[in-house]
Amino acid sequence: MRYSGFRVIKEALTGHKGWKPVWREPEPKPHYDIVVIGGGGHGLATAHYLSKVYGQRNVAVVEKGWIGGGNVGRNTTIVRSNYMLDGNEPFYEFSMKLWEGLEQDLNYNAMMSQRGIINLFHTDGQRDAYIRRGNAMILNGADAELLDADQVRNEHPYLNFDDARFPIKGGLVQRRAGTARHDAVAWGFARSADMYGVDIIQNCEVTGLRIESGKCLGVETTKGFIGANKVGCAVAGSSGRVMSMAGMRLPIESHVLQAFVSEGLKPVLPSVITYGAGHFYVSQSDKGGLVFGGDIDGYNTYAQRGNLPVVEDVCEGGMALMPMIGRARLLRMWGGVMDMSMDGSPIIDRTPVEGLYFNGGWCYGGFKATPASGHCFAHLLARDEPHPVATAYRLDRFRTGRTIDEKGVGNQPNLH
Amino acid sequence: MTQSNRLGGGQIDRNTSLTFRFDNRSYTAHPGDTLASALLANDVRLIGRSFKYHRPRGLLTAGSEEPNGMVELRTGARKEPNTRATTIEMFDGLEARSQNRWPSLKFDALAVNDLFSNFLSAGFYYKTFMWPAAFWEKLYEPMIRRAAGLGSLSMEDDPDEYDKGFRHCDLLIIGAGPAGLMAALTAGRAGADVILADEDFALGGRLNSESFAVGDHSAPDWAAQVVAELSSMPNVRLMPRTTVIGAFDHGIYGAVERTGDHLPTLPDGKPRQILWRIYTQKALLCAGATERPIAFENNDRPGIMMASAMRTYANRFAATPSQRVAIFTNNDDGHRTAADLHTKGVKIAAVVDVREDAPGSYDYEVLKGAQVTDTKGRLGLTFVEVTLSDGSSRTLDCGALGVSGGWNPNVHLTCHQRGRPVWNDDLAAFVPGADLPVGLSVAGAANGVMTTYGALKSGAEGAAEALERKGALPDLPEAEDAPVKQKPFWYVEGCKRAWVDQQNDVTVKDVKLSYQEGFRSVEHLKRYTTLGMATDQGKTSNITGLAIMAEVAGKSIPEVGTTIFRPPYTPIPIATFAGRMKGQEFHPTRLTPSHYWAKERGAVFVEAGNWLRAQWFPLPGETHWRQSVDREVRETRASVGVCDCTTLGKIDVQGTDAAEFLNRIYANGFAKLPVGKTRYGLMLREDGMVMDDGTAARMAEDHFVVTTTTANAVSVYRHMEFVRQCLYPDMDVQLISTTEAWAQFAVAGPNARKLLQKIVDPEFDLSNEAFPFMACGNITVCGGLRARLFRISFSGELAYEIAVPSRYGDALMRRLMAEGEEFNVVPYGTEALGVMRVEKGHAAGNELNGTTTALNLGLGKMVSKKKDSIGSVLSEREALVEPDVLRLVGIKPVQPEDKITAGGHLMNADGPVDAANDQGYVTSAVYSPILNSNIGLGLVKNGAERLGEKMRLVSPLTDLTVEVELVSAHFVDPEGERLRA
Amino acid sequence: MIINHPLLGPRDASEFTYLGDASLIDRPDWQAENASEAFYEYGYLRDNPAGEHQELWYHEAGDRSWLVVTRNTLTHEISKVELARDVARARGRSK
Repeated sequence: MRYSGFRVIKEALTGHKGWKPVWREPEPKPHYDIVVIGGGGHGLATAHYLSKVYGQRNVAVVEKGWIGGGNVGRNTTIVRSNYMLDGNEPFYEFSMKLWEGLEQDLNYNAMMSQRGIINLFHTDGQRDAYIRRGNAMILNGADAELLDADQVRNEHPYLNFDDARFPIKGGLVQRRAGTARHDAVAWGFARSADMYGVDIIQNCEVTGLRIESGKCLGVETTKGFIGANKVGCAVAGSSGRVMSMAGMRLPIESHVLQAFVSEGLKPVLPSVITYGAGHFYVSQSDKGGLVFGGDIDGYNTYAQRGNLPVVEDVCEGGMALMPMIGRARLLRMWGGVMDMSMDGSPIIDRTPVEGLYFNGGWCYGGFKATPASGHCFAHLLARDEPHPVATAYRLDRFRTGRTIDEKGVGNQPNLH
Repeated sequence: MTQSNRLGGGQIDRNTSLTFRFDNRSYTAHPGDTLASALLANDVRLIGRSFKYHRPRGLLTAGSEEPNGMVELRTGARKEPNTRATTIEMFDGLEARSQNRWPSLKFDALAVNDLFSNFLSAGFYYKTFMWPAAFWEKLYEPMIRRAAGLGSLSMEDDPDEYDKGFRHCDLLIIGAGPAGLMAALTAGRAGADVILADEDFALGGRLNSESFAVGDHSAPDWAAQVVAELSSMPNVRLMPRTTVIGAFDHGIYGAVERTGDHLPTLPDGKPRQILWRIYTQKALLCAGATERPIAFENNDRPGIMMASAMRTYANRFAATPSQRVAIFTNNDDGHRTAADLHTKGVKIAAVVDVREDAPGSYDYEVLKGAQVTDTKGRLGLTFVEVTLSDGSSRTLDCGALGVSGGWNPNVHLTCHQRGRPVWNDDLAAFVPGADLPVGLSVAGAANGVMTTYGALKSGAEGAAEALERKGALPDLPEAEDAPVKQKPFWYVEGCKRAWVDQQNDVTVKDVKLSYQEGFRSVEHLKRYTTLGMATDQGKTSNITGLAIMAEVAGKSIPEVGTTIFRPPYTPIPIATFAGRMKGQEFHPTRLTPSHYWAKERGAVFVEAGNWLRAQWFPLPGETHWRQSVDREVRETRASVGVCDCTTLGKIDVQGTDAAEFLNRIYANGFAKLPVGKTRYGLMLREDGMVMDDGTAARMAEDHFVVTTTTANAVSVYRHMEFVRQCLYPDMDVQLISTTEAWAQFAVAGPNARKLLQKIVDPEFDLSNEAFPFMACGNITVCGGLRARLFRISFSGELAYEIAVPSRYGDALMRRLMAEGEEFNVVPYGTEALGVMRVEKGHAAGNELNGTTTALNLGLGKMVSKKKDSIGSVLSEREALVEPDVLRLVGIKPVQPEDKITAGGHLMNADGPVDAANDQGYVTSAVYSPILNSNIGLGLVKNGAERLGEKMRLVSPLTDLTVEVELVSAHFVDPEGERLRA
Repeated sequence: MIINHPLLGPRDASEFTYLGDASLIDRPDWQAENASEAFYEYGYLRDNPAGEHQELWYHEAGDRSWLVVTRNTLTHEISKVELARDVARARGRSK
C-alpha cells in the first residue's frame, strides 16, 4: 500500500478502515537464500537493500523480540557524516546521501531533518583537530564549515559565553547533518522489505548456528531450524553472544550508553550541539523534547540500564554549556547495549566460517550509519565482496594494524 | 472572586490567606493548598490545552500523575514550564500561566486541529509530508514544531542553586501512606536507621484524603500522630517533599528533595533542590496505587477527573470542582467519593456504576448497570449523557464527573532494574513481579494490598522482614478492611473519541488503528501512538491502552505484555542532576605555583585540562598576542626565559627494580642509565602507538623521577600502576605521583646557566663539564632550600628545569625574575613554549594524537628490540611498518609570509585535490620569529624520504591553498649545539 | 554500584576507573614463537560474556589499587573482589 497525502485524506474520510498492517507476520520457511539475524535498524535496512537493490527476495529477518526494539529504538537520533579518517568518511557520506533520499526511497516519512550539527571546541588543539576533520569531510565530498566564537554566538546565543569554565572558541558545523525519527526508520525499512517479499519474523530468537565442516547451514531458533545459504549477523550489543555460537571471539565489548529526554518544550534549539569540554550532546525533537546524551557508563554490561553517576555527569555538561536548560525537566532515561569495538569503528565482513557474515562494532554511532550499513552489508551478502565505501571495515584490521581510530585512544573500547 | 467552591473542614490553614495569580487574574488561597486545589476552590476548571488537538483541559488527578493540569510557574529566569498544578504547594504571591495556547487559554487558535482530528490519527505523519522532499525542513517541520512542545523555557540562565548529598540507612521507606508510616514505626521502634521519604509536603499519603477512622482517630490525625512519634526518634529521618526517582545498582536510590520550591523566594545560599544518593541496606516500596480512568466519549472535558482525586480535594483541601457532581465507576471506591462529597454538602447528580449489582444509597441516586456515553461543555463540563441498563438515555446536569476504573499499584521502582510486573486477576492490575531490585521489597497498595488495614499490616510486616527482625509487631489500629469489589471495565463500547492518554491525545480509536496497522507489541503501540510518552509517562493511561489492545487482539492483558517503567519516577529538573557543577565550578581549577605572580604580571591564561597556565605575558603597548609571543621567543633564544612547567606529570619511581620497571614501561632502554643522568623516554601503548613521552632522571640507583606530559599525567600514572600491580607484581618498585609536590620551572636560553648560578648554592658546580646536557641532581638553592635540577631542554636552548617544593614556587619565580634582570630575563608562556618546540621539531600533543607510532614520529629506532617493553610487539604489525607510513616532517611555505594552518591536508604539487590523493596533514603550525617564517610540523606519507619536495597544503575549510616545502623538522639548531653549550 | 574493596571496604564505583577484562593480566611472552598472534589476541579479542565477568577496576580516587572484580554483566551483581596483584601472582606472574 502506497502512502500519500491523498491516501491519508481518503482514509480519514472513510474511517481509516483501509489501512493494512505495515508488515506481515509470517511463519518461517524451512530455507532461505539469506537469513539476517537481528530485526534492528541495520538488519532491516540490510533486508531492504538486499531486496530492492540486489534483487534478493528469498530473505528472512529473524528477531528475538519486536523489530526496532534495540538501539534503533533507543538512541539520540543524530545523523551526520563528520568523520575524519579515510576508512570512515566515504562510508558515512554515502550514508548521508542515502538519508537524504530515504523517505522517497521507502515511501515512509522518517522525518529526516537536516537541521545541522555543531561540534564546539574549546582549545587550540581541538580546533586544529576539527580543521583536519572538516578538511577531510570536504575532500570526501561532504560539507563542513568552521565558525569562530562570534559566529557561534550569533547562531546559539543561549550558550554559556560569559561564565564558562572552558570558553567556546568556535565550532565545526555540518549543515546537512540533523536528526531522524528513529522508530520510523526501522518501520520504514521493515515495511519496504516486507513489500518486496522479505519475511520478517518477530519473537524468533536465534539459539544456535548450524555449522558443518566450516560452513554455516542456517540458524537454530525458538521457531525451529531455518536453513540458509548465507547468514548475516547484525545484532549490535548482542554480537558477542551470537558470534560465540560460532566459536568466535570478537574485538568487541558490550557497554551501556544512557540517553535522556526532557519534557516537551516550545522550540529552543535550532540544531544538534555537541559540547567539547564535557560529555554532552543535545538536539530537540519535533515533539519538543530535548534529546540528550553523553558518555557510556564504562563497564561491560548487557543490562539495558545505567547508573546515576553518568546521569549526573551528562547533566553537568548540559548545565555548563547551556545553563538555560536548568528548569527543563528530565523526563525519561534509558540504556542501550553498545557493541563497542576496539578502535571505535565498525566491522562489515566475512568471517572464517563460510556462509557466515558479520556486521557490528558500531559503538554508539550506529544510527546514522543505518542506511549505509544495510546497503553495504547487503552488497557483501549478495556479491561476496565488500562495498567500495566499506572496504576498511575488515575483521583482520586489528591483526594487521589497519585500525580506524578516530579518537586515538587505542584498544580500549570504553574510551571510544 | 471569593472561593466559591471551598467546602468545610480540610487540612488548610483558614486563618491565613494567600494571594496568587493564574493567567493574570488574582485569587486567594490558604496554606496547605496546592495550586490545583486553590484553582478548584476558586471555581477555575479550565487550566490547559492538550498537546495535539489543543483541547481544553482541566485537572484529572490530585497528584504527581497529573497529565493535564500543567502550567508555567513563576516568571523571568525562574519560569518553570510544564509544572503540574497538583504538586505546586501554594505560597503567597505565586504566579502561574497556562501554556501551549495562543492567543489565550479560552480561545486557542490551534484548537482548529481538533476539527481535523480525523486526519491527524496515530502515525499520520509517517505517511505524508514527503513531497516535495525539501518542504519537510522548510514548511512542514517548522509548523509541527511550533504547534508541538508544551511550555516554554525562559532562555535565561537558571539563577538558583542546587546541591547534592549522600545518605545511608538500614531501611529506606518509599512513601509515607498507611504502609510506609507503619513500616517506619516498626523499624524505628526496633532501633534501625530509617529514612522515610514521600513526594508530598504532608506525610500520610491517602490517609490525608480519607474521611474514615484509623483506630480512635480520623485518618489524617492518626497519620499526624505517627509522624510526631517518628520525628521524635533520632534514628528516623523524615524526608517530605522528596521523590525517590530511581532504584540503581547495589541498593543505591536516587532521591530529589524540593527544599525551596514551596518558598516565595529562596533565602541566600539555600538550594532549590537537592539530589540525594541514598545508600541502603534494604528498601521498602510503599508507593501506594494510582486510580485509573475509564475511556468514554469526550472524557477529557475540564471537570472530569478521577473520583479519588475529587475525594482528595474535598477531604484534604476542602475544595470541589463543582457544587453538582456525578460519579462514573466500576467499583466500590467511586461510591466512597460520592458519600464523602455528599457529606460535605456537594450535590450528587448520580452515581453511574457499570455493575448491575452495585451498592445503592439513600442519599443520592445510583444508576446501576449504566454507562457514561457522552459529555457536553466546551470549556468545562455541563452535562453527562448516560445510557441506562435498559438502553434508555439520561442526561445529568453536573459541573464535574468523578471517574473510577479501579487502582493500579505503583510498581514503577520495581521495574527500574528491568524486572517485570505480573498480572493479578483479582485486582485486574499489574503487581510487582519476583524480579525485584536486590534489597527491595514492596508493601501496601503498591503490592496490591488495597485496604487500609491491609496496608498497615503489610507495612509493619514488610519492615520487620526487611530488617530480619522476629517478635511481635506493633499493635495495629483498627481500620477499614473491606474487600475490593470491581468489575474490570476499560472503555465504553462504541465510543469514537475517547481519550486514553489525555496529554498526548491518544484515543481508543488510535489504539485500535495501531493494532490494525500491525503495531501490536506493546512497545510498538507506545511508539506508534505516543501512548504513555508524555510528561506523566502514562501513569494513568498505560494499562488502559494495554487492555484495549488485548481486547482487539483477543488476548488477555498479560499476554499482550507490559511496558516497564524507567527512572525518574517523576520528571526532575536537569539543573538538579548537575548540582553545583556549572559555570566556573563545572570542573576544579588547578593553579600553578607561579599563578598569582603571573597574574600580577598581567599574563593571559589558558585552560590546559583543569590547569590554568600563562599563555603569554603582554607588555604595555603590545596590542596583538603575536607581538608578545614573538618577543618572548626572541628574548629567550637571545638571553634567557623562564616558564612554569609544574603541570607536567611527575612520578617518583623507587625500589631495587626501578630501572627494570622503566625498561618495561618505556620503549627505549633505561637499565644502564647512570645515576645523575636523565633520559628522554618514549612510552607506547600495548597496541604500539605512542602513549606519552617525557624524561626519567636517575636520582639514585633505586630512585627515578619520571615526567609525563600535562595531558597524560593521570593516565600514565594509572598505566604504570597497572603494569606494576597486574603484570609484574613481584617487582620491588613503588610509585607515587608528585605533580603537586614540586614547583618546576624551565630556565632556557644562552644565559640560563649564568642566571641559575646566582641562585644555586655555591657548592654545586653547574659548569658544562660538571653538569652536562642531560645531567640531573639534588641541589640546594637560595641558601639551603632543597631542589632538583635537570639539564633538559624542550626549547632547544641551553636549558634547565629546576624544581623546588611547591610552596616555594612563587618565591623562586620572583627570585629568578629579580636575579635575571641583568640578563633581561623574560617569562614565557605556553604559546612561546609551543613556538620553540616546533622550531626544534619536538613532537607534542598535536603529534602524540594516539594514532602515531614511534616510526611515524621519526623515533622508530628508539624502540628497543632487545628487551620486553609495552607495545613493542604490536608496533611491528604490517600496516604500521609499510614503506609509505606517515612520517614527521617540517613544513615551510615557499613564500615565508604565507600562512599555513594546522589541520590542513597535504597534496602532491600536481594532480587532483581530493581524499584519494591525500598525502598527509599538518599537525602544528606557528610563526617563527627566528626564521621570520610560518613553519609547521606534519605527517606525510613516506615523508622522511621526501624532504625538499614541494607540495600543496590545502585547507578548503578555511579557504587556503599554499605551496609548501617538506624540510627537516629541526628548524633551529639541528645539530644540537646550543643545548650542549 | 558499590565495590567492596578488599582493603578499604565498600566504596562507590565512581571512585574507580574501569579498564576491561581481567585477561589483560595474562600478557603473552614477547619471545614466544607466536608472539605477534598472541599479542593480537591479548590486545583485541574478548570473551565479552553475558554473565559472570572478571574485570579490572582501578581505585583512582582512593588507594590506587588495581582490583579484579567478578561481576555479572546481566545483573551487575558483584560476587568477588580481589587485589589484582594477588590474582596476577596466582596466575603465575612475578617480575
